[in-house]
Amino acid sequence: MLSDTERQEIDSEIRHAPAKSAVAIDALKIVQRERGWISGDAIKDIARHLEMTPDELDGVATFYNRIFRKPVGRHVIEVCDSISCWVMGSDSIKDILARRLGVGEGGTTPDGRFTLLPVDCLGACHRAPAAVVDGELHGELDEAKLDEMLGELRAKEP
Amino acid sequence: METPLTGNIRPDREPPSLKEYEKSGGYRALARVVSGLAPAEVTAIVKDSTLMGRGGAGFPTGLKWSFVPMGVDAPPGPRYLVANADEMEPGTFKDRVLMEGDPHQLVEGMIISAYAIQATTAFIFLRADYDLAEKRLKRAVAEAYEAGYLGKNIMRSAYSLEMYVHVSAGRYICGEETALLNSLEGKRAIPRARPPFPQVSGLFGKPTVVDNVETLCNVPHILANGAEWYKSLSLTAIGGTKMYGVSGRVNRPGWWELPMGTTVREIVEVHAGGMRPGYALRGLLPGGASTDFLVEQHLDTPMDFTSIPKVGSRMGTGTMIILDGKTCPVAFVLNLLKFFAHESCGWCTPCREGLPWVARIVKAIEEGQGEARDLSVLEEHCVALAPGRTFCALAPGAVEPLQSALKYFREDFERHIKERGCPWRAA
Ligand SMILES: Cc1cc2nc3c(=O)[nH]c(=O)nc-3n(C[C@H](O)[C@H](O)[C@H](O)COP(=O)(O)O)c2cc1C
Ligand code: SF4
Ligand code: FES
Repeated sequence: MLSDTERQEIDSEIRHAPAKSAVAIDALKIVQRERGWISGDAIKDIARHLEMTPDELDGVATFYNRIFRKPVGRHVIEVCDSISCWVMGSDSIKDILARRLGVGEGGTTPDGRFTLLPVDCLGACHRAPAAVVDGELHGELDEAKLDEMLGELRAKEP
Repeated sequence: METPLTGNIRPDREPPSLKEYEKSGGYRALARVVSGLAPAEVTAIVKDSTLMGRGGAGFPTGLKWSFVPMGVDAPPGPRYLVANADEMEPGTFKDRVLMEGDPHQLVEGMIISAYAIQATTAFIFLRADYDLAEKRLKRAVAEAYEAGYLGKNIMRSAYSLEMYVHVSAGRYICGEETALLNSLEGKRAIPRARPPFPQVSGLFGKPTVVDNVETLCNVPHILANGAEWYKSLSLTAIGGTKMYGVSGRVNRPGWWELPMGTTVREIVEVHAGGMRPGYALRGLLPGGASTDFLVEQHLDTPMDFTSIPKVGSRMGTGTMIILDGKTCPVAFVLNLLKFFAHESCGWCTPCREGLPWVARIVKAIEEGQGEARDLSVLEEHCVALAPGRTFCALAPGAVEPLQSALKYFREDFERHIKERGCPWRAA
């Protein structure tokens, strides 16, 4: 079942769309923001609300890189491994994070706190190597900055 | 030197509020347009200005607008203007600068452009992960509504426009304008066949214009100062300034608004401060990941839409990526190909099958498993994925760096094959 917040937000998108299915991506993002990821049940709930079949909606959901069809950690660490960041050492940034977190690329820590996600260019190539964590951009990364960033994230939680 | 696009931008500070933007002359061009110019007159001024699309292809903007059926030819119902803010071409970060730094400039540019085609609704199609730009654009749109620059009867004229910010769920192909329209309709982002062109049948089958963010940001200045002024900003026949950028091992990676036609050398050596100590310039991609390499001998070429093609590449987005002497060209190209293979939308076979195949061959070469005949196989693929062979321009763009790398860095590919490994890794 969609929560009241989810339904209200989706309906406000529908109001300015010519068809309910036109807000599929907005709806997926609204629900993902609330639940962290899009489960099979979430697909069914949203599809029913938009008068689509679950298969249709899942076809849309799986097409996009930032719709998570598997659970992710509470903090998703998106590390750019596209060209400029790669030139500037993104491989070692990924290695350091993988070691600190004890997970591989795409992996989530057992406590459900962090997901390490290599991503395409973040549009911050002049600040390479770059990462986005919880929507915030971090540039000119090195080991010290990564440790500071992880420390801050850990401090935010009990 | 005039810098109309970035005059208001103060890096690391909040962007101008509505009041500050107005104080700098903002929304005066809009006032002039809605109070005294016919839509066709706006389009004519933009045509005269020689403004060319900054999304990569360099199509004349006014001409594009003129394909929208107007007056008695116009179909009833809504029509759309879309700002292409997808900016996912690796190596490209210019639209971010404009949206974060001066969001009202884009909003005003969009309102004027929408007026020219008499659009009823405008969308900003913003890529995922541009959270700061999203916040600032949404605030600017809300302020513009409050001030009467958006909504019903803009500045008490007969013209009305609604504007929305749509944030993408992330996929490079969304930047291709017809795939973008499918994505805005809530579908998978697969490119559409043309014709019909979006100007005739676009979003939800209605007349639609898709323009790049930087393109639209030029529009208020052209309307405020005129086509002649705009042309005088440039060093070449195509008017305006250009947002240029450099990333890689230079002393000062960054962006600069410079006269159109500034040379590659001036951008790299003066503005980016040249190569870092210990690093030599080996080559560069002039305008993002899907442009052909340029090398030393091309440095004195002006960065513009007509000069760069004369030396075998494209200006693309105008943001350069530097290949330095300590970076393996084969591994560099492999990084690009992995990106393109992953981002192929899968619609047409040559791209869906061809790009992963090409990426596998280059990976094998990089890892020392290459064969002598691989290079000719790669060259055949470059031809098989050339423009016209695939449904959209993703695949042809993907092989541009490869085909030019095979030309300029051939000995590096051959060494990998002969020495059965990457000389850079061994070193
Ligand atoms: C694979 C692919 C990705 C593209 N990505 C973008 C993009 O992120 N931003 C953009 O403005 N244009 C992009 N384009 C170009 C658009 O299709 C279109 O030409 C452009 O938005 C038109 O605007 P302009 O005339 O102002 O340049 C892309 C094209 C292709 C083939
Ligand atoms: S060329 Fe590639 S991205 Fe373009 S339509 Fe074909 S499969 Fe999709
Ligand atoms: S290549 Fe990493 S931000 Fe662009």
